[in-house]
Amino acid sequence: MATIELKKVEKRFGEAYAVKPLDLTIRDGEFVALLGPSGCGKTTTLRMISGLEAVTGGKILLNGTDVTWKHPSERDLAFVFQFYALYSHLSVRQNIAFPLQAQGMKSAAIQKRLQEVVDILRIGHLLRARPGKLAGGDQQRVALARALVRRPAAFLMDEPLGALDAELRESMRAEIKNLHIAQHATTVYVTHDQVEAMAMGDRIVVMSSAEVQQVGTPVEVYYNPANLFVARFIGSPGMNLVSGRLSGGAVQLPGKNRYAVPAAWNKALAEGLGGQEEVVLGFRPEAARVARDGALAGEVYASDMHGAYTVLHVNINENEIVHIRGDRQESYAIGTSVRFDLDPQMVRFFNPRTEEAVRQEAAR
Amino acid sequence: MSQVELQHISKRFPTVTALQDVSFSFQHGEFFVLLGPTGAGKTTTLRIVAGLLRQDEGSILLDGQPIDSRTPAERDVAFVFQQYSLYPTMTVYDNLAFPLRSPLRRTPEPQIKVKVEEAAEKLRITHLLKRRTAQLSGGEMQRVAIGRAIVRDPRLFLMDEPLSNLDAKLREALRVELKHLQKTQGSTTLFVTHDQIEALTMADRIAVLNEGRIVQLGTPDDIYDRPATTFVAQLVGTPRINLMPAARKEGTVLVKNSGLSVPAPRMALPESFLLGIRPEDVRPEAKGRFAGRVSLTEPLGVETILHLSLGELALLSLVPGMAPQRVGEEIRFDIVQEKLHFFGTDNRRIAAEGH
Repeated sequence: MATIELKKVEKRFGEAYAVKPLDLTIRDGEFVALLGPSGCGKTTTLRMISGLEAVTGGKILLNGTDVTWKHPSERDLAFVFQFYALYSHLSVRQNIAFPLQAQGMKSAAIQKRLQEVVDILRIGHLLRARPGKLAGGDQQRVALARALVRRPAAFLMDEPLGALDAELRESMRAEIKNLHIAQHATTVYVTHDQVEAMAMGDRIVVMSSAEVQQVGTPVEVYYNPANLFVARFIGSPGMNLVSGRLSGGAVQLPGKNRYAVPAAWNKALAEGLGGQEEVVLGFRPEAARVARDGALAGEVYASDMHGAYTVLHVNINENEIVHIRGDRQESYAIGTSVRFDLDPQMVRFFNPRTEEAVRQEAAR
Repeated sequence: MSQVELQHISKRFPTVTALQDVSFSFQHGEFFVLLGPTGAGKTTTLRIVAGLLRQDEGSILLDGQPIDSRTPAERDVAFVFQQYSLYPTMTVYDNLAFPLRSPLRRTPEPQIKVKVEEAAEKLRITHLLKRRTAQLSGGEMQRVAIGRAIVRDPRLFLMDEPLSNLDAKLREALRVELKHLQKTQGSTTLFVTHDQIEALTMADRIAVLNEGRIVQLGTPDDIYDRPATTFVAQLVGTPRINLMPAARKEGTVLVKNSGLSVPAPRMALPESFLLGIRPEDVRPEAKGRFAGRVSLTEPLGVETILHLSLGELALLSLVPGMAPQRVGEEIRFDIVQEKLHFFGTDNRRIAAEGH
């Protein structure tokens, strides 16, 4: 059981910030993903929560108690790393029991706790093995078991799946999420992989350049990214972002394309752009559909089969490529002229000067 | 550019047989991908084609002529590796010009300039020509490495996981560019990867390798829609195909321990076998024929993975957009009957007559 509050928490090295002052409340039982490219400050944030890294400003509260200057061992948090950090000279059983023995727990009680986590993670058959003999996925299960057995107030996980191959990562992702659903333990999970953050997080904290860019549910960060960074970073491929000029109720895009702004956006754009003409039109690949009389036109740059669907890459003007997701049968030769439409519900606009999203609701 | 043929290639190392009787050929202008897990023999095959490694048995033909005794240089192939292998102290321009200045070619400088600038434009690195390669980002370095391969117009491109050191966004972008370039240039390419998405999206044809043997050879459509074995079925597609033990009973196919049954297809099926269903062919429908409980949802944005439980069976469903279903909910769904896959207990595909 744990609520974690960060109040203006920061990490500075001289003049340079590793993490700019950050406010965040992680609710009891919540799974929060800290997401961003390497060097964005996500791991430093996690390490400050754990106490492995000292803050240079701000406060950290655990269940309302200030733990900012408490030793890591006094915070009752369990850390799971990308590298398994198991003791190679101990058996799997000894590795898992270790934190409980260190607490001085009686062996009958240890046995009971051990059995519980072993069942959850289905690693009963591995108990006698040495960690070094195990496959990567099993090693990570053992590391999870060792964290779980302590019943800590919260779990802190730093890219725990980073070292696994794609297939195993996918199945372990579901296992960790299942574990979370079963135990409902507060979890802070660091990753650079937006797929992982989307799939696992109740909320996602998107970070870049030492700063929080957006905090929101997967639906929020996907459909309503706060700025150009989030729009680009979330999604594979990311949101299509095309610079243009607003005039006469339409966005003039590079080349000959003009996109008539849906009426619902007129007021928001007038306010959000403060009268300037420059605007960025954004739309997700699935918001575009090839249509014979579509409003926009381009030339097929490449067409990819992805198994369940096709992605069309369309050159709308001098190497300005947009990505359109289509059905499997939608495959076109390179150079084919195509027209396409955008779902008016799914277009977004950004102010290129501030890089912020123009908010429709703000103008209502 | 050329036609390449591998005939019965085998290669043994002291402790392991790397390739066993591998035969395939690809045509002028084709983008041919070798797909397989680590240790499947992909890189060994590529190195044998390049002449960096000698096979124990079999022969390689280039435009019908055996080239087994030719040195790598005589084979006129260009390599792009996972590591960029550029000269760090040279400028991008000099790196691109390097293969043209080799004593074998002795291209005049004005001609080199034309070729380098052409290649730079194609790869959008014109603005980098004066920089030293040590100052470039990973994506830029790999563009230069590809540029150095295309500048000399070789007979054959050999690429060994050239995108796997790049981050996800960059890999995606470069994948599209590489494919566009290959198609517009008409260059013949043999491309090695362990990444099924790279193989499906880029290849004209794919050879799936496992443990030194070709398991299946076909177009991306063949490999995805008609996998020859359970290995191939599980290798391509994400999330993974649902594979479950099933049995035939009169006119139906029964999935064990699940209550799931579908009409039997019009083909001969053994008593017990494996049923395969791709997650996108498990479709939630208000009035669907089947019922299951949602045990987990993974919203990815463009689509959502639903984990369903039916008795002891776990079934994955892939649905478009951000699905409204919640964990714990009972839902109904249908299965696309025409897209079922059947595999025997030997893991081989059971095909209808004539397929």
